[in-house]
Amino acid sequence: MTGLLSSSRFRLAAGAALALALLPLWMSGYVLGVLTVAYYFGVFAMSWDLLFGYAGEVNFGPTFLIGLGAYVSGMLNAYTPVPMWLCIFIGAFAAVIGGALLALPALRLRGPYFGLVTLVAVLILQQLIVIFAGVTGGEIGLAVPDVLSVHTDPNYYYALGFMLISAAVLLGFARSPIGLILEATGQDRIAAEALGFNVTKHKLLAFCLSAFFSGLAGALMIFYLGTASVGTVLDIAVAVQIIIAAVLGGRRTIVGGALGAIFLIVAGEYLRPIGELSNFAVAGLALIVLMFVPDGFLGYFMRRRAR
Amino acid sequence: MRVLLEILVDGFVISALYSLGAAGFTIIFGVSGVLNLAHGGVMVIAAMVAWLLAGRLGLGPYWGALGGVGAALVAAYATYFAVVRPIGRSRRIPGVEKEIFVLTATLLWGIMIQEGLAYLFTSNPVAVPRLVDGVTSVFGVNTPTNELVIGGVAWLVIGLLWLFVTRTRLGKAVLAASINPRGLALLGFDLERIQWFVWGLYGLLAGIAGVLVGTFLGASPDEVSGLTASAFSIVVFGGLGSVPGSLVAAYIIGFVETITAYLVSPSLRNLPALIILILVLYVRPQGLFGRR
Repeated sequence: MTGLLSSSRFRLAAGAALALALLPLWMSGYVLGVLTVAYYFGVFAMSWDLLFGYAGEVNFGPTFLIGLGAYVSGMLNAYTPVPMWLCIFIGAFAAVIGGALLALPALRLRGPYFGLVTLVAVLILQQLIVIFAGVTGGEIGLAVPDVLSVHTDPNYYYALGFMLISAAVLLGFARSPIGLILEATGQDRIAAEALGFNVTKHKLLAFCLSAFFSGLAGALMIFYLGTASVGTVLDIAVAVQIIIAAVLGGRRTIVGGALGAIFLIVAGEYLRPIGELSNFAVAGLALIVLMFVPDGFLGYFMRRRAR
Repeated sequence: MRVLLEILVDGFVISALYSLGAAGFTIIFGVSGVLNLAHGGVMVIAAMVAWLLAGRLGLGPYWGALGGVGAALVAAYATYFAVVRPIGRSRRIPGVEKEIFVLTATLLWGIMIQEGLAYLFTSNPVAVPRLVDGVTSVFGVNTPTNELVIGGVAWLVIGLLWLFVTRTRLGKAVLAASINPRGLALLGFDLERIQWFVWGLYGLLAGIAGVLVGTFLGASPDEVSGLTASAFSIVVFGGLGSVPGSLVAAYIIGFVETITAYLVSPSLRNLPALIILILVLYVRPQGLFGRR
């Protein structure tokens, strides 16, 4: 029964991926550009869901990891002869190391400490970037010399491929025994510890994986955009968008984060005429979903099908 | 010497404001177990309404301040009844996860307040009219009288809070609820009523703090997240749920910020406090006066 269900789900996912891959055939460059950003956002949201949905930790600073990946890779590219792809991976590992150093003590604690540390980390990194404006570009942003591609279609496929691979890896991790332990920890930490699991170790592992994909996505995104700036990869407002995307799409589903991000970015384009009010509306929608449909869109439909 | 005095006066005022803002935040945590991440939103609502009434409608600073505090009271109850209470009673959200749901929901609620205010009033900073005009000389340092009034009012309010919590029956019940809500329920107190009362108290404290901050530094919807972050930091630094702890922490952070602003650079004023906070979490995560 479960085999049938997972295979039908797999077919659905493959169909959706194929449909997205065919979009460049009849969509304009503008639409593809919007979707390209949405796919990177999707990876941000999926990485966030790994912590929120499975490890039961609220990371208020996903942009700390994203910004670290983006700025380390961007600065390497701008000031050293290191090839672009290597810069991107170094950026991703910098996010893992920075994130782990920061989060390790916080993950040992219960309660809101992890959320606070991650929030403060973003504020510190933001200040540092402004202080060292000479090398980081400060408020204006850092121009990176290399880009992934100058054409729309390859950029679109890089982003799509990256999102699909990330989804597969994150989903695989979430469904693995480690993911189950994390889920158990999120629901009852003491019981999970009593069963002999090293909760902190597993949470740290999940955090590192989340950091890796966040940093990688941040680095790839700036090599798509051509600049790294506080407003696109670091600001608390970006972090809030990621949280909203993951909540809307569906907690504890991973893929929901990507759906939520695509919905949010596309809706943002449609709601652009109403300006400031669009952020209000989106936050309000996310709040309503969080309170009344806590499993999000995807979780809601999965539950209905399961009945 | 002169700089030292300026630091003392400015640090005193800022710290008094921080402690007032953090006191409400920590009481709510103690009694309801809620970290209200819309806290900055409540404070900014108070300041913006004070500006609207006093500045734009010309009703004078006192009516403005009163209206601002009233608006914060309404906002606090809205937070409780529209966001916190429904999550607490929801059957769809498992009990152990309510904490992270409340954190995320109040964050979103704060964003709604911020964006709503920005839509209504734009995000340009506005100056809330001062309560008192003029300049007073403090040990030879010319200080706006308004700043001294702010410091005085903040201390008066904290003093009243202390008297209330230690000398009145209702206040003692609130204190007891922050130590052990279940124990209080067993003694026959209606926890629901205490929640009602505590959220009102929170609205008053946050409102007074918001109006005073507005008269001192101006107000803007963009300040919502910064104010929340500083209250959150101070409360964790002092020990979650401990009012004396948050007062001490407010003074340490207030003075460190002022010293940095005067002696290093005003643009770095937030940085040392953030670093201190991270170090505290490494070394003594329960905070200065934490019970755990």
